[in-house]
Amino acid sequence: MRKTTNQKAWWLVVPVLLLVAFNAFIPLMTVVNYSVQETFGNNAFFWEGVTWFEKVLRSERFHDSLLRQLLFTGMIISIEVPLGIAVALSMPRKGPWVSVCLVLMALPLLIPWNVVGAMWNIFALPDIGLLGYTLNSMGFDYNFTQQPVSAWMTTVVMDVWHWTSLVVLLCYAGLCSIPDAYYQAAHIDGASRWAVFRYIQLPKMKRVLTIAILLRFMDSFMIYTEPFVLTGGGPGNTTTFLSIDLVKIALGQFDLGPAAAMSLIYFLIVLLVCWVFYTVMMRNEEQ
Amino acid sequence: MNRKWILPTLYILFLMLPIYGLLSMSFKTTNEILGGFSFFPQQFTLENYTKIFTDPTWYNGYINSLIYVVINTFISVSVALPAAYAFSRYRFLGDKHLFFWLLTNRMAPPAVFALPFFQLYSSIELFDTHIAVALAHCLFNIPLAVWILEGFMSGIPKELDETAYLDGYSFWRFFIRIFIPTIAAGIGVAMFFCFMYSWVELLLAQTLTSVEAKPIAATMTRTASTSGYELGLLAAAGSLTIIPGAFVIYFVRNYIAKGFALGRV
Repeated sequence: MRKTTNQKAWWLVVPVLLLVAFNAFIPLMTVVNYSVQETFGNNAFFWEGVTWFEKVLRSERFHDSLLRQLLFTGMIISIEVPLGIAVALSMPRKGPWVSVCLVLMALPLLIPWNVVGAMWNIFALPDIGLLGYTLNSMGFDYNFTQQPVSAWMTTVVMDVWHWTSLVVLLCYAGLCSIPDAYYQAAHIDGASRWAVFRYIQLPKMKRVLTIAILLRFMDSFMIYTEPFVLTGGGPGNTTTFLSIDLVKIALGQFDLGPAAAMSLIYFLIVLLVCWVFYTVMMRNEEQ
Repeated sequence: MNRKWILPTLYILFLMLPIYGLLSMSFKTTNEILGGFSFFPQQFTLENYTKIFTDPTWYNGYINSLIYVVINTFISVSVALPAAYAFSRYRFLGDKHLFFWLLTNRMAPPAVFALPFFQLYSSIELFDTHIAVALAHCLFNIPLAVWILEGFMSGIPKELDETAYLDGYSFWRFFIRIFIPTIAAGIGVAMFFCFMYSWVELLLAQTLTSVEAKPIAATMTRTASTSGYELGLLAAAGSLTIIPGAFVIYFVRNYIAKGFALGRV
């Protein structure tokens, strides 16, 4: 859409700016403040420079949780995106079943995150939960509170359960916007099922897929509540992702300096990835 | 072609199983739960639900959550409306940077902000109030609402605005009388998303409250850790948190798909 230049439009943005800045700037500045100082309580602060940043960047603990985080995000995106596309492609386009499908699929998205964690905890309990009991009676040795592999699998499956619907709904919206004429033309040309997907459906879904991957990246990178309630970061530290580690340091041990430095590094990583995505997305849009 | 329904059906089955597990557990007695696995409740009981509806520490949790979610949805959408209009219709100094900056707040991990938020809201004496949680959730809900509404507004041709101005409408009169009714669907979707993200968030809501405004999610986690192993009660409380969401989805079911695509497929 062509837009006219109008500097007065700033006035329309002011309320949003004030509210978000109040919530974003002051806390962010607090974090920056802590990240360069040492405190021994009593509000006595000493200048520390970049010591905390060096310490965090060198610490093995940070490397481990970052690695776990990247692995987790990589795994859930590579499962959720193909699965989401597949489900969206095979969903009905018209008829009474559309509403039923949409409502049932959207349901996991609206369950409070701690309830998701608690639900999966109950579901996966080895001797009394539906999943745990079934797996064990089928002969698998499964106990997510003690085995790292089981804990990981449960966490990943939980996230797939929780968020694949987001990808499905986005892709479905993309697919619904394709006019019937495209399919008719493809049919007349004798295009194969794969060709229809590759040259008609995929290009139409490109934009929504970018949004889906962006949202999934952001949200999975800041995941906290679900794995915290499900496994508490354990067994050991095997499912301690970045946010869980951060809260442990900040609110558990009250190590404000390192926690603040870690927060900033963490935020910068998310920001960098999202900026790349955003730039690519905007460039595609302008074409 | 006829076998297409298999995958969605299997997928929905997979989605429903844990929910079923939760529901069936909420109708069992504690003894039965700890006694071993059973697919259907053997001694069907409503005791867990009765406890929640008669104990004020439990049902107040639901009321508190609903209060701050509604306040937040209202604030977010009403300030996002004019801003989204500005972004969709005009170019102005720094507009693209501002838009990206707004989105970055959607990306900030709440864990980063938990402690500073606690200090900020304590210092302005809003700690443990509904308004504090509602304001804190604006951090990620306003950017989202702006993003969604901007998408919907860009789909409305600019001729509508121009015609209205030619007819002598002032900006605000046009905006409230003509424009808002035109994008009612978009507003519905934006409200749905604000409701959703505010309803499901726990970390900030828990950090900013202690007694007076304690959300249901926090009541659940604290109960889980203090009163031992009352799984039935926990399951019943969890099952009840699904209801408001299901209710909201039902009303916006025809717009969800469009809203997830942020209106600009």
